[in-house]
Amino acid sequence: MWRYLIRRLLELIPTLFGVSIAVFLFIHAIPGDPARLAAGQDATQAGVEDMRVRLGLDHSLPVQYLYFLRNAVHGDFGLSYRQQVPVLEVVREHFLPTLLLSLSAIVIAFVVGLLAGVLAATRRNSWTDLVVTTLSATGISVPSFFLGILLIYLFAVNLHWFPVSGSSSLRGLVLPSVSLALAPLATIARFVRSSFLEVAGEDFVRTATAKGLGYAAVTYKHALRNALIPVVTMTGLQFGFLLGGAVVIETVFNYTGLGWLLIQSIGFRDYPVLQVLLLLFALEFMLVNLLVDLTYGALDPRIRYG
Amino acid sequence: MASGAAALHGRERRGLDLWRRFRRHRSGMVGLSVTLLFVLMAVFGRLLAPYDPAQPDYLHVNAGISAAHWMGTDNFGRDILSRTLTGARYSLGIGVLATVFSSLIGSIWGLLAGYLGGWFDGLSGRVIDIMLAFPGLLLAIGIIAIAGPGFRNVILATTIFGIPIFARLVRGSALALKERAYIEASQALAAGSSRIMFLHVLPNILAPILVYVTLRIGTVILIAASLSFLGLGVQPPTPEWGAMLSEAQLYLAIDPLMAIVPGVAISIAVLGFNLLGDGLRDVLDPRIR
Repeated sequence: MWRYLIRRLLELIPTLFGVSIAVFLFIHAIPGDPARLAAGQDATQAGVEDMRVRLGLDHSLPVQYLYFLRNAVHGDFGLSYRQQVPVLEVVREHFLPTLLLSLSAIVIAFVVGLLAGVLAATRRNSWTDLVVTTLSATGISVPSFFLGILLIYLFAVNLHWFPVSGSSSLRGLVLPSVSLALAPLATIARFVRSSFLEVAGEDFVRTATAKGLGYAAVTYKHALRNALIPVVTMTGLQFGFLLGGAVVIETVFNYTGLGWLLIQSIGFRDYPVLQVLLLLFALEFMLVNLLVDLTYGALDPRIRYG
Repeated sequence: MASGAAALHGRERRGLDLWRRFRRHRSGMVGLSVTLLFVLMAVFGRLLAPYDPAQPDYLHVNAGISAAHWMGTDNFGRDILSRTLTGARYSLGIGVLATVFSSLIGSIWGLLAGYLGGWFDGLSGRVIDIMLAFPGLLLAIGIIAIAGPGFRNVILATTIFGIPIFARLVRGSALALKERAYIEASQALAAGSSRIMFLHVLPNILAPILVYVTLRIGTVILIAASLSFLGLGVQPPTPEWGAMLSEAQLYLAIDPLMAIVPGVAISIAVLGFNLLGDGLRDVLDPRIR
């Protein structure tokens, strides 16, 4: 197990390396002079040259990349163009709200998706099944920001149950996390349904029924438990995608998380912040995917790591 | 010559057989109908529109549903129905163009990687990993941040966003096919690599590619609408659906129709492509997923 974990972590390194090069080149691919951008609009030519030396932009690209790496390891990603404070400080401020939002969304998606999927599978070809399958097909087709707008109109503008803007308070979290949960919820429900139906047809389920176990014991103890393994994987993958989806939902609800910061930084051309956010999102996504792989093995004893 | 005609006949029969099976797939047929409807809307929407989608009418601002304006008017008094009908071309245009481009580029890339193998495959695998390391929208947002917003750059961003998925799919299929006897036979007959790749390998993986293309069009429509909604895609006053929703947010309290009409249009269009893709998958290749 440990050897496998270490091997998988080592395997991440080349990809991480590549991602860091891509993100490093990002600032250089932006049209315009990065030194002028950093110095600000009303800087003198001397000020711009001064900034160029300070940022190390007078070196060749490979040398600059090495500086970038060295500084990154020390957590130094330069100053935000807009606020003139270290980028990491700016980012840190917005990290917790996004974590809170994505965690609550994935919990909603998992719990409701699981219930809906099991309900549909155990009552196959019934009205319940039809409703669940139709709703889940719709759920992956409705843009999350459209759902967000509808929820705002209904529950904030008309009923005043929840605030229009999202926030980290419990009431402020409800509408954004439900909007963000919809797509993964629908995907999980579909997946639970098909996974459950697949498992229900397997030999060990028939054996359990044959040896006289009741319907509930067969369904929930034997079938569900085995159907859950791929579902957990699926939920993990959905969590990874959800991190990207948060960008749109945070903008709809004016919820000041990382995604909101990302869009703000594009608006203000605050490229150092943007650079770190892209790096952070990629890193999170890669780690989530690794975690998913490891959980998969922990849940299914048939899988051995060599 | 005779054998060529017989092969064509066989292919036609296979196509007919697939169509018969697809016709029995209920949700697939619903998807096909919806998709066709939206394609017609993209082509003829501008002609069907009762008003000029850009024409303001300051005397009838944010008017509700009426005989003159079936879906009401927006904050400039523009007819929402006309704007939505006209907008179909942007969403569908981006969805179809970007997906076709990324499937072409991705398929060639994947074929080369899978069939040639070696260092090229190793390197391209790394590049694919890097491109897929950015979750969802993020890669597209990064590209837009560099290239700037606008219709053409949204196509560029969504094309690049789709390439690694097709490259990975085709690489896997090409790798599996490479070991088949008939490919070995072609190699033994000294057929060139490109001949084998495009004449023997590619036709055999067209089915999964087609399924993916259909399913991806829905995803790309969603991504493009999200970009426009964020102000990074097609810009107002162009009646792109995502851009319309972004404008609508400010007037939500007084005119929810501004949001509901384009939002429902996006949802149904994406649903259509998804149902069609699911149906095609069930009929063409029950093995995938």
